[in-house]
Amino acid sequence: MSVLADSKKFEAPGLELFNWKPVFHIGSVPITKPEILCVLVAAIVVLLTYWAFSKPKLVPRGAQNVGEVLYLYVRDEIARPNMGKDGDRWLRFLVPLFLFIWLGNLMSVVPLAQFPVNSRIAFPAGMAGIVYLTWVTVAIRTQGLVGMFKNTMFPPGLPWPLYILVAPIEFLSTFIVRPFTHAVRLFANMFAGHILIALFCTVGWWFLFEKLTPLGAPVGVLGVLLTIVMTAFELFIQALQAYVFTLLAASYIGGALHPEH
Amino acid sequence: MSNLAAVVGNLGSIGYGLAAIGPGVGIGIIFGQGVNAMARQPEMTGVIRTNMLLGFAFAEALALIGIVMPFVYPTS
Repeated sequence: MSVLADSKKFEAPGLELFNWKPVFHIGSVPITKPEILCVLVAAIVVLLTYWAFSKPKLVPRGAQNVGEVLYLYVRDEIARPNMGKDGDRWLRFLVPLFLFIWLGNLMSVVPLAQFPVNSRIAFPAGMAGIVYLTWVTVAIRTQGLVGMFKNTMFPPGLPWPLYILVAPIEFLSTFIVRPFTHAVRLFANMFAGHILIALFCTVGWWFLFEKLTPLGAPVGVLGVLLTIVMTAFELFIQALQAYVFTLLAASYIGGALHPEH
Repeated sequence: MSNLAAVVGNLGSIGYGLAAIGPGVGIGIIFGQGVNAMARQPEMTGVIRTNMLLGFAFAEALALIGIVMPFVYPTS
């Protein structure tokens, strides 16, 4: 049972890894595996936070310990440096965001799932879109529409001819490029990581089981070893990308709240 | 006039190879400066490491956009 079973040459995995046929239909809406995993991760996030924080005690017991570690990490490393102390009320947005992205990325290494939710562009794009709408709304509320454009496109302290160059660049960079890179950073990391793990796995399978040859067997062993190495590297990258996405979300919202930075 | 010079073959790989030059240099500079800073002031290791990883994620993003673009614009 192999995807390469009826070909004579080794074919590296490509985009077909990310196209899934529907598992079932609700009415006429097809439901695919990434959607099921997304809903599953969201349910796990809700259950974990409920389990940790439903009956909070002053001296934490059990799951509340872990929940508090996570909450305090997001508060002290992500929210407070970017939004100041009054950014604490944004934690109800940032903590679930961090947890959702991290668990969604972790689905890449969980057996039976083995698909990072954020490697379909829709999920990072949706979250980046939410962050974009949020900070634009906050900026318009705190600075006014004209004030928002003025503070973004005309940073103080430059000689006035430079503003002709800086203003369009700042406008493009803040309102057009930032949400794009915000989403694509997470998406591309998960996409590339998934393809790499699949590639080395396929190399190991092909050279050790499909076409076992004396010269090819060491390549297969190398493939298996590299799969393990790439999986370990991916575990680190998954957590890092969740941290970076949440950090940038906090930075953008904080920049809208306190434009003098 | 038809083509004077052309690159044939898998342009996606060549494109990614070119895209990886800049971020490679950038990530090297980031981590080199980070290690240097940690050596000068070991008590700030936590802060330095946080900012180092943040800068690494930014630089890495460009290389990864390079690997994704061939799939966005396929040649066939």
